[in-house]
Amino acid sequence: MSRGKSVSARYRWAVASRVAGAFLGGYALISAATVVLALVWPLPKAQAVLSATMLSFAFYTVFVIWAFHVRRLRWVWGVALGGTALLSAAAWLLGAGGAA
Amino acid sequence: MAWLHTWVGLVTGWVLFFVFVMGTAGYFQQEITRWMQPERVVTPAPVETDRVILTERAMKRLAEVAPVAASWRITFPYRQPGDRAWQNFSIRWEEMPTEGHEYGASSNERLDPTTGAVLPPDPEPRETAGGNGLYRMHYTLHYLPYDWAIRIVGVATMLMLLAIVSGVITHKKIFKDFFTFRPGKGQRSWLDAHNVVSVMALPFFLMITYSGLVFFLFAYMPAGKDVIYGTDPETSEAYYDELYEGGEHKHAPIGRPTAPLAPMIAQAAKAWGREQIAALVVERQEGEAPEVVLEHVPVGLKLYDAATLRFNADTGARLPDEPNFSGAAGETQSVLLNLHEGAYADIWGRWVYFASGLLGCAMVGTGLVLWTVKRRRFHLNEDRWHQEHFGLRLVESLNVATIAGLPLAVAGFFWANRLLPIGMMDRAAWEYHSLFALWLGTLFYALGRPLRRAWVELLWASCVAFACVPLLNALTTLRGLPASLAEGDWVFAGFDLTMLGLAGTFAFMARKVQLRLRPAAAAMAPQPVLREAQA
Repeated sequence: MSRGKSVSARYRWAVASRVAGAFLGGYALISAATVVLALVWPLPKAQAVLSATMLSFAFYTVFVIWAFHVRRLRWVWGVALGGTALLSAAAWLLGAGGAA
Repeated sequence: MAWLHTWVGLVTGWVLFFVFVMGTAGYFQQEITRWMQPERVVTPAPVETDRVILTERAMKRLAEVAPVAASWRITFPYRQPGDRAWQNFSIRWEEMPTEGHEYGASSNERLDPTTGAVLPPDPEPRETAGGNGLYRMHYTLHYLPYDWAIRIVGVATMLMLLAIVSGVITHKKIFKDFFTFRPGKGQRSWLDAHNVVSVMALPFFLMITYSGLVFFLFAYMPAGKDVIYGTDPETSEAYYDELYEGGEHKHAPIGRPTAPLAPMIAQAAKAWGREQIAALVVERQEGEAPEVVLEHVPVGLKLYDAATLRFNADTGARLPDEPNFSGAAGETQSVLLNLHEGAYADIWGRWVYFASGLLGCAMVGTGLVLWTVKRRRFHLNEDRWHQEHFGLRLVESLNVATIAGLPLAVAGFFWANRLLPIGMMDRAAWEYHSLFALWLGTLFYALGRPLRRAWVELLWASCVAFACVPLLNALTTLRGLPASLAEGDWVFAGFDLTMLGLAGTFAFMARKVQLRLRPAAAAMAPQPVLREAQA
């Protein structure tokens, strides 16, 4: 909790980085996860897209809360960026690339 | 995590308070609009309700006015969901679409249920933003482009969902806390109040935030649909076609069905009950026989996808039900949206929604106050209480303007409805302007007055403003509270009584704040919390 002068610049940067990692990194991660989930869900295409997108807000909530809970900042960015890369690659392999 | 809850709550608090106030009013939007158009003629209960006779009358008129059309629709008089107003007996037809268009032009007429004659339109009531105007602002805000507004509200909603979930995790003793109330203890009382209100309506808050996100799901999370269906409007349309129509259809022209309609209506009446048939539609997909579709009155959580019975219009044979293209996913979405809107609920159910909405205002309001009360203590601890801290003062002023000022502005919206000249140009727009001008005024007032006085005075002003609404109504219309009570008109009486109830609530709040923040009491009380940040 911030208490006036005692807050160092280092702490402020750590907080900013965590906020960015949780909200923006998390958004990228969950976007990629939504695509993959919609592709692998064994339902007609439109229903799978709808289901995955409706669920995405729950996943996003879980990720952001985890990102503020986990001790090491490195983990937040690692999971957000690494997960986004992995899931994007999976989406590409599953054949989403050609549809758009 | 407590940190997350605190900051996320503050940043979005003001937007959410606005959304909750307007959304709560929205649960009575039809009733509010009715009050705001006192001269509007109300559709009377129909004398004739026999669907066979009504169909005969409507068919006669349709064959006359639109012998060849893409579709015919007869809407029977039925009571709208939640025991609201009567639906007019009316017909609607769609002309054959011109080349390159998917739909043709539609027209409709109101018919007299007893004679089948075309009814002239009612005299135009006064122009007003109405209850729908208040309701729409809870997601479109105002003076802002639609796309921005829904995204601002969406971010606030997402953050509220985070605040709720992290709030539950933060309060490990949530059930014990629920039974804890320590009044008269400054910050602790605010915390207890915040906890009680939040836990009481927790299921409602979870439902309302999540379903709110689902309303605009592809504006907020477009990735899935954009990657799989593309962003081109042509290709992305395929998503909706697959979900709701099972592929594209072209309409073929129809006319009066050759098979007798009475047996079809009898079959639907036997399945649902005679009064439960809402509409009869005649349409035809290219390459198929023309169809007669009977629709059930919208009811319960199937408000937008009411049950139907389909018949072959040439032979009268029953056709199989349309397959459910949207599946469990579509049904989940439909239930979420219906739960959010609450239009399925009867009058008592809507009061529960209204009360839950007010609890939402209370949750956001107490949370906002708690933030500043806590901060005030920090600053006092640091021995800086004699200096006015600019950020804190700004937050406090915004709190006053929001919690005490916005309700005042809403009362002003109702004042404007009664006081602006009836024939004024852009009258509805000026009702909005009145609301926002007043609201801005309260912010300047809060910035200019000592904080304690700003709270007390604006709360009293809200009280007076609401108390005067029934008075203005009685002075400017013939539907004052005594008259509507005598007539048993519960829409008007209920509105006026609700205004008085709100006035009472604000009087109570003003009195409370007045006592708590009395300078003499502050000097004696042990908590420095009670004193204003300003010397």
